[in-house]
Amino acid sequence: MIEIHLLLLFMIAAAVIAVEAKDLLSSVIAVGAVGIGLSLSFLVLKAPDLAIMQLVVEILSLIILIRGTIRRDLPFSASGRWYFNTITTVCFVIVFIGLALLTFRSLPDLGNATMRVSKAYIAEGMLRTGAKNIVAAITLNYRAYDTLGEATMIFAAVIGVLVIARKTGKKEK
Amino acid sequence: MADIAREHGMTVIVKTVTRLTLAFILLYGIYIALNGHISPGGGFVGGVIVALSFVHVMLAFGKEAALKRLHSKGLRLAVNIGALMFLYIVMMRFAWKFPAGRFIIEKMRPHEIFANEIILPLCELAIVGAGLFTVFIALVLLCKYEEKIEKEK
Amino acid sequence: MTAYILCLVLFSIGLYCALRKRNVVKIIIGIGIMEYAANFLFVLIGYRSGGRSPIYANDQVIKSMVDPLPQAVVAVAIVLNLSVTLLLVAIAIKLYEKYGTFDITKINDLKG
Repeated sequence: MIEIHLLLLFMIAAAVIAVEAKDLLSSVIAVGAVGIGLSLSFLVLKAPDLAIMQLVVEILSLIILIRGTIRRDLPFSASGRWYFNTITTVCFVIVFIGLALLTFRSLPDLGNATMRVSKAYIAEGMLRTGAKNIVAAITLNYRAYDTLGEATMIFAAVIGVLVIARKTGKKEK
Repeated sequence: MADIAREHGMTVIVKTVTRLTLAFILLYGIYIALNGHISPGGGFVGGVIVALSFVHVMLAFGKEAALKRLHSKGLRLAVNIGALMFLYIVMMRFAWKFPAGRFIIEKMRPHEIFANEIILPLCELAIVGAGLFTVFIALVLLCKYEEKIEKEK
Repeated sequence: MTAYILCLVLFSIGLYCALRKRNVVKIIIGIGIMEYAANFLFVLIGYRSGGRSPIYANDQVIKSMVDPLPQAVVAVAIVLNLSVTLLLVAIAIKLYEKYGTFDITKINDLKG
């Protein structure tokens, strides 16, 4: 699985560029590179549904971010009590990495997935739902309530954006 | 041709290519949504591709041309109808608890009409039209804001 | 195991960016990188070596498949990430309109 490691290293390099670049436009484009690397690695990991979805969603969010951040120059200053924040952040990240490494012991090795639930889905999914694509069978039949919740969340986001974007507020008398 | 280039939006090349490819992008989104059960894809991907085709029009022609073609009332109607159909399909499961609902399901078999692989991705496509609506509103907000800043300067 | 650790490194970069940077757009970028790493870890756990993608074909017998359940969960999560990003960008633009800056240390007017 050397492809996965190469793609992960590419994504990490792009993420470091995105975090440390001074220019906002170049950092947004570096985030696009991370998303494209994620899409390619979904393709390597045999998940073509997710590859298509990640590619399309990445294009849309990149357009939104560029529209939101282009032509806005901002002063880049690092003065003030900012060292305290840096120290706290680094300590928090180190503690987080240590705890995550402890939990990684209980995961299965790469390539030996324990398919406790999805054995039944694979065995009966095509007969009971009539869909050859097992992922579509799960999202539309076995776990359709998840999809309903997802639609509800999208509606909540739409309502939130509409409320934020509203021009007319309370009438001032 | 020179008059077109002087209007809002991008150059003549981009406008011509957009005019040629818009229908194909829209058709590809609907194709992906309808073939989600036998090939990679699904309703959400199709909805996002449909939204991207309208964003494409907006970036190429400027916001007035795109807003002239799409009315926000029609958009809202499509989104709400999709969501209500989805809710109806999901809530049809609870109809087994009532005698009248059981009678309707056994005699008229509405799940064979509604809850199959054709209607449900179309509902999803209409719901992710909500994403399209959000994108439109956000972009219109940005455009208005930039105009206001330029006016102040 | 090294793939898991590299995935954790990617998550940590996003966490550092979201906690340390003072620019609102950089914070949005950090949250996006964290979402990418979480989705990637889900799909990575469900991989089987030698498995095919979970789609049946008419003319072949497919013996082993990768796990389809994490893929279904991540398919839900990707669209939610998009809506979260849209909401965050709308809030950031409104903040810029009100305060004239993206710097979070300048945005300290709690009176509204």
